[in-house]
Amino acid sequence: MNLPFGSNSTDTFPMADTADASASGTEARAAMIESPASAMTPSSTPLAIKVDHVSVTYRTTLERRPTLRGTIRRMGRRERSVREIKAIRDVSFEVSRGKVLGVVGSNGAGKSTLMRTVAGILPPTEGRVEVRGRVSTLLALGVGFNRELTGRENVVLGGLAAGLSREKCYEKYDEIAEFAELGEDMDRPMRTYSSGMYGRLAFSVAVNMDPDILIIDEAMSVGDARFRRKSSEKMRELCGQARTILLVSHSLGSIRALCDEAIWMHQGELKMWDEPDAVIAGYTKFMDVREDAVTLEDI
Amino acid sequence: MSTTAAPPTREVESDERHVYEPHRVGLPPIGPYLRALWQRRQFALQMSRTTLRAQHFKSALGQLWLVLNPLLLTFVYFILVSILREGTRGAEFFAHLMAGLFAFQFVSMSVQQGAKSVTKSGRLILNTAFPRVLLPMAAVMTSFMKFLPTLLVYAVVHVIAGLPIGLHLLWVVPMIALLVIFATGVAMLFSAAQVYFRDVASFLPYVMRIWLYGSPILYYLHEVPERFRPIIDANPLTPVLAAWSQVLNEGRVPDTMLLVWASAWAIAAFVIGGLFFISREREFAVRL
Repeated sequence: MNLPFGSNSTDTFPMADTADASASGTEARAAMIESPASAMTPSSTPLAIKVDHVSVTYRTTLERRPTLRGTIRRMGRRERSVREIKAIRDVSFEVSRGKVLGVVGSNGAGKSTLMRTVAGILPPTEGRVEVRGRVSTLLALGVGFNRELTGRENVVLGGLAAGLSREKCYEKYDEIAEFAELGEDMDRPMRTYSSGMYGRLAFSVAVNMDPDILIIDEAMSVGDARFRRKSSEKMRELCGQARTILLVSHSLGSIRALCDEAIWMHQGELKMWDEPDAVIAGYTKFMDVREDAVTLEDI
Repeated sequence: MSTTAAPPTREVESDERHVYEPHRVGLPPIGPYLRALWQRRQFALQMSRTTLRAQHFKSALGQLWLVLNPLLLTFVYFILVSILREGTRGAEFFAHLMAGLFAFQFVSMSVQQGAKSVTKSGRLILNTAFPRVLLPMAAVMTSFMKFLPTLLVYAVVHVIAGLPIGLHLLWVVPMIALLVIFATGVAMLFSAAQVYFRDVASFLPYVMRIWLYGSPILYYLHEVPERFRPIIDANPLTPVLAAWSQVLNEGRVPDTMLLVWASAWAIAAFVIGGLFFISREREFAVRL
């Protein structure tokens, strides 16, 4: 996407600039990968995440809101009230500590479910997930904010729920508030926030929690052009540090620019696990889309 | 992008290690669960504090409602009982009524707010991994924070009514502990049930109303006609409320049998509610 200040000379970050995204992105990635061949082979660095033959099967009720009356009525008719959805089937991969793993796939491929399983929110139906370190998440389906509470209260509550101590929460609070640039709005209930303000706060909470493992699910571009620039820079900084990151994105440009490895999910199965270039090539070919301004766009 | 070929080795601060494995209906490893629960105790406290603040934020009298509410409720019931009894009740009964109502209100609020606690926190549950049992516990804590100031109101009435003051009043502490354990158990039970049957929270106000009428609050336990005794005795709250009244109103050590039954009910509710909740909680993320 060509931002109004896209040609700003100080902007060297490829994510925001589509025009030269692929070129400088490849350089950047090449600089970060020590040995590209290590993608498929177990390396000497300790593992941060090990996903071992994991399947997740949802058993959902047919009704959206289960009620006693509905259940009794169905029991009378001897109907089954549940239906199984295989969201993830037999997926295995590993992420070494400090690596950035990109996750691509079409809608409904099971990416979000996979991220929730790694974060420990959804238990696997089969297989085993092992995670070393504290996880911070920025997931697709809304962040864990209570709209009745103020931004400040939500930040502290979120931190405590994630397992931080109270002191650490208050310590982090200033960083988060400053990064989100919300100023006095932090003390207003979040229902008064615009969606951009909401997204800005969510992003700052996730990236400033100083996690060992960061999971970001399609939530990278929030706020106005300036904040997008800032969040892109923050992402680049985080990826540069030896922090393990899982990055779900439809923006192939950012996957290429930021990730050391990538996986491609399709209908709950792991279709590919390789270097970002190879995965993107396979994915775009399969999806029958060219790598153009739209697919590279940071959305 | 960072120009350093080898990124600076960042020390992993926490030596946390999580393993997620399949389960059907079973308990998660109980040791790590309790550790995580203890580690996040501040979360429950903070959660109930903010809820409390948010609830009375907009009204003119604000936090004063925490005291006004139960006080007005006592007057309403006192008038009702006085009319039914043709005005033969005095200050002593007023104190009994108030003490019982406050204790009952604490349990009732814990259960009703607790029941909604999980379904209300859908977003948090979908985004963060933490022991879900913190949610009903936070709801009980909120109710407890509302309960504490009412005890001060009662203390004033206790003195005015000229009821005995002495060391026996220390029994109030274990009585409150039993109420908290019982309320937490029932709150856990109903909050998990609410995930499966969303009608639970809608039924609860009526259940609690009947429960109140079946408890020795609007009357003394010894006044209950013989033919109704089985019903009143089957009420899990009867022993603890009767003992509560013996301590506060009659100014004596409560009957041993009442204490035994009150403890049995509290522990049973806590264990059953806790096991049901914890064995189900890993499924909540899918059900919300």
